[in-house]
Amino acid sequence: MRADRQEQELKFTRRALLMGAGGGLAFLGLGARLYTLQVLEAERYALLSDDNQFNFRLLPPSRGRVLDRFGVAIADNRDSYRVLLVPEQAGNVDAALDQLARYMPISERERARVQRTVQSGRRFNAITVKDDLDWQTFATVNLHAPDLRGITPDIGEVRAYPYGPSYAHVLGYVQSPNQDDIDNDDPDAERLLRHPGFRVGKTGVEVARESDLRGAAGALKEEVDHRGRVIRQLPEQSTDPVQGRDVVMTLDTDIQRFAAERLGAESAAAVVIDVQTGELIALVSTPSFDPNLFVGGISSANYSALRENDHNPLYNKSIQGTYPPGSTFKSIVAAAGLEHGLIDPSETVRCTGSVRLGDREFNCWRRNGHGVVDMRQAIKTSCDIYFYELAERLGIDRLEEMGRRFGIGQQFDLGIAGVARGIMPSPQWKRARRNEGWSTGDTYNTGIGQGFTLASPLQLAVLTARIASGREVVPTLFRNAMTPPASHMGLSEEGMALVRDGMRAVVEEPGGTASYLRGIGIDGVEMAGKTGTAQVYSISREEREAGVREQEDLPWRLRDHGLFGCYAPADNPKYAVVVVVEHGGGSSAATSRARDILHRVVSRDPSSRAGVFADLAPADERVL
Amino acid sequence: MAVFRESVPRDLPGKMMEINWSLVLLLALLGGIGIGMLFSVGGGSWEPWAGKHAIRFALGITGMLVIAMFPPRFWMGMSYPIYAFALTLLIGVEFAGVTINGSQRWIDLGPIRLQPSEIMKVAVVFALARFYHDLPTEKVSGLGGLIMPAIIIGMPAALIATQPDLGTTLLLVATGGCVIFLAGLSWRVIVPGIVASVIGLGWLFTYGLQDYQRARVMTVLNPELDPLGAGYQIIQSKIALGSGGFTGKGFIEGTQSQLNYLPEKQTDFIFTILGEEFGFVGGIAVLAIYALVLANTVIIATSCKSTYLRLLSMGIGATFALYVFINVGMVTGLLPVVGVPLPMISYGGTVMLSVLAGFGLILGAHIHRNATPPSGTGFLG
Repeated sequence: MRADRQEQELKFTRRALLMGAGGGLAFLGLGARLYTLQVLEAERYALLSDDNQFNFRLLPPSRGRVLDRFGVAIADNRDSYRVLLVPEQAGNVDAALDQLARYMPISERERARVQRTVQSGRRFNAITVKDDLDWQTFATVNLHAPDLRGITPDIGEVRAYPYGPSYAHVLGYVQSPNQDDIDNDDPDAERLLRHPGFRVGKTGVEVARESDLRGAAGALKEEVDHRGRVIRQLPEQSTDPVQGRDVVMTLDTDIQRFAAERLGAESAAAVVIDVQTGELIALVSTPSFDPNLFVGGISSANYSALRENDHNPLYNKSIQGTYPPGSTFKSIVAAAGLEHGLIDPSETVRCTGSVRLGDREFNCWRRNGHGVVDMRQAIKTSCDIYFYELAERLGIDRLEEMGRRFGIGQQFDLGIAGVARGIMPSPQWKRARRNEGWSTGDTYNTGIGQGFTLASPLQLAVLTARIASGREVVPTLFRNAMTPPASHMGLSEEGMALVRDGMRAVVEEPGGTASYLRGIGIDGVEMAGKTGTAQVYSISREEREAGVREQEDLPWRLRDHGLFGCYAPADNPKYAVVVVVEHGGGSSAATSRARDILHRVVSRDPSSRAGVFADLAPADERVL
Repeated sequence: MAVFRESVPRDLPGKMMEINWSLVLLLALLGGIGIGMLFSVGGGSWEPWAGKHAIRFALGITGMLVIAMFPPRFWMGMSYPIYAFALTLLIGVEFAGVTINGSQRWIDLGPIRLQPSEIMKVAVVFALARFYHDLPTEKVSGLGGLIMPAIIIGMPAALIATQPDLGTTLLLVATGGCVIFLAGLSWRVIVPGIVASVIGLGWLFTYGLQDYQRARVMTVLNPELDPLGAGYQIIQSKIALGSGGFTGKGFIEGTQSQLNYLPEKQTDFIFTILGEEFGFVGGIAVLAIYALVLANTVIIATSCKSTYLRLLSMGIGATFALYVFINVGMVTGLLPVVGVPLPMISYGGTVMLSVLAGFGLILGAHIHRNATPPSGTGFLG
């Protein structure tokens, strides 16, 4: 019995020790495991721990402003009152939106968008329910915010165009980037581009100067807990966003707005240029649109209304539109004739109202003819017959060469997209384009700015400025310190003076084609200009017999374009203005508008302040 | 033929003299570490865990010393009643239990909430020790000697498995198995038994389970299959441990735990916090303390004269060792996630009390190591 007990005791001891040893081995295994995790792989896990713990929240930069020549912000950022929803805090998103809907309207579309975003994203990310609320609504939501689960009122930044339509074409607009924008951009910028509420330039200056305006995103280092909630922020380990650079333009808001207002509802364009430096003071196209509508996403109804409008509001006519320059081209023909010595200014041509070339008859715009005209008279009265004659003497090659020297057919780099090249035709051009030979009739037409020649209002402004200053001005839209006056064109000053004198007579002398304007309207200041009409449709004999005689009798689409290029002061040119009115029915649609704009810009010039005050009625106390 | 008969202390002062103070000290050390870690997990605050843990620890240590004073004869008498009581509580949980985290483990007794499955772990050891003490050695490997232990273990195991609490079920079965092994079950039974159960489980898994049940088992075995569920905890736990490095991030500086990346950090994942804040050095130190506790237990168990005390103390020691091994194995990603706390350190009242009660019995076994309580008639005479 005792031996049995001893044996049993021994067996127990053996097994207990075996178990103890087993336990010891198991613990050694645990120790080895700890060694692997905490010593061998410690670095890897340390990195993972940091990843867990820290989150870099993107801080979008403020977009650079666009300023006019006097520092007035024409594209700015303003506070946007918005309402954000944090799904994790809201719990039931639908219920949260229902509650919110008591204080502000939420459309089905917005509701669906929020739901979509909730399902795709992490639940603790804030989602914009509605942007750009008015103060009243925002204040109401703010007041009730403590009772609204998961709803946070917030103030963000949104692009604003304070002058709306006046600058729409030049500035363009910003919108949320689409997939293409993201694909075509720097891969490093993707996170910024995908940031809710971030906008990129889509057209105009906004897209052309995107790299300056955008700036660079900053990052705020935040410590987050396991649900992504922010525990604390570490500003000392964060980078501030780099604000976008301001872009300064040569434009003058006062002139820009005045010109836009003056063009009114017409399908028209106006360009104001400094004739010495080439700085563009105004670049206007009408009708226009409100770029602010695009920033938040334009409704498809609004957008198709803009697209389908026959006055093409989305089109920047001042640089994209091209028109036959009409009689405004005659100044170039006159300058070429004098430069090449092919005509004496006192030499006269008899205008009987028409001239025959082979079996074709070329008419003067004045059916009864101008009688005997010299160069000054021809410019002043815009006699077609004189310029047929002169064009024939010059030949197309010299015409083309001089046209190009004045900027026709040249593509100017304004730093924004869409600048048209236009057409300065030549025999080679006609051969290549139409596979036809050049005829003298083509030269005739070119001589009066009809036919194949096409120029944009911008090119016409350059042409006018080059005539006015004799300098090879190149248009600029962006200000860099002081743009020096352009170099001289190298044409004989004597000849240019003659052309300018003819253009002064157009406005300032009785019988001039724009003499009805009665000058610029500033004492002691004279202006010069050249009218133009670009024929759109030729009234046929049958129509004439049926009673269609005047432009007003034609449908709008078929009426002639009215053009006018002018500058002032005539004796010391500073500014040139070109106005083109599509289907204006003749130059008179453009002349008075251009004159008013010229009046405005000359009045604003510091050196003619005296003139401005003299011009104002003493009783006008608002201005004084 | 004994030259002298070793005495058993009978009076209180005599018993006090025999208390194994090194074991008490080791347990106090573990309790202190637990209080410190819970203070850290609470963000450097006694609320909500460290304070309660300290109170429970103080009560538990006192209870442990009181339990140690009772003679083995008393516990032998109480063994089956305690088992019956624990079994009643388990059945009670089935009908009136409180459900927390989707499993019904707790029974609400007014001010305290009991987890009967924790009590059952000690109760099973009681019942088995009593059973084998009464069983003649030669019958251990007989059919009768196998059926009763199977019933003693099987009933509570089945009840706990339905709660469901897979971890405790396995722990209970493993503890019972240890006691049976120590009772001297013949290798001729053990080896075929293990082979048969492996084959049986394999067969059950392959043919006896529905697809969804199999998938659930697979997830338990490999939590990384479910990275947002069970796998999430393990991944976060490994990150916390690994980022602790050799010396740790410092007390209350564990970012993973302080930022709540770890679920259940005050209970099952407390070792992770320890490893994150005190590094490899801290983890090894704590494992060493546990190893010393176990070594002490083995020494005490082997020095006991009676089968009852030997099996009781060794069975409790085995439970304790399994707790530690499964918990640390789980948080280090070696074992599947099963809800097993780290004794003395994890927050949890019932666990603390049952562990300390168990060590009270071990200390009692040490004091009464020379006692030889008579074998009762038992079930099988």
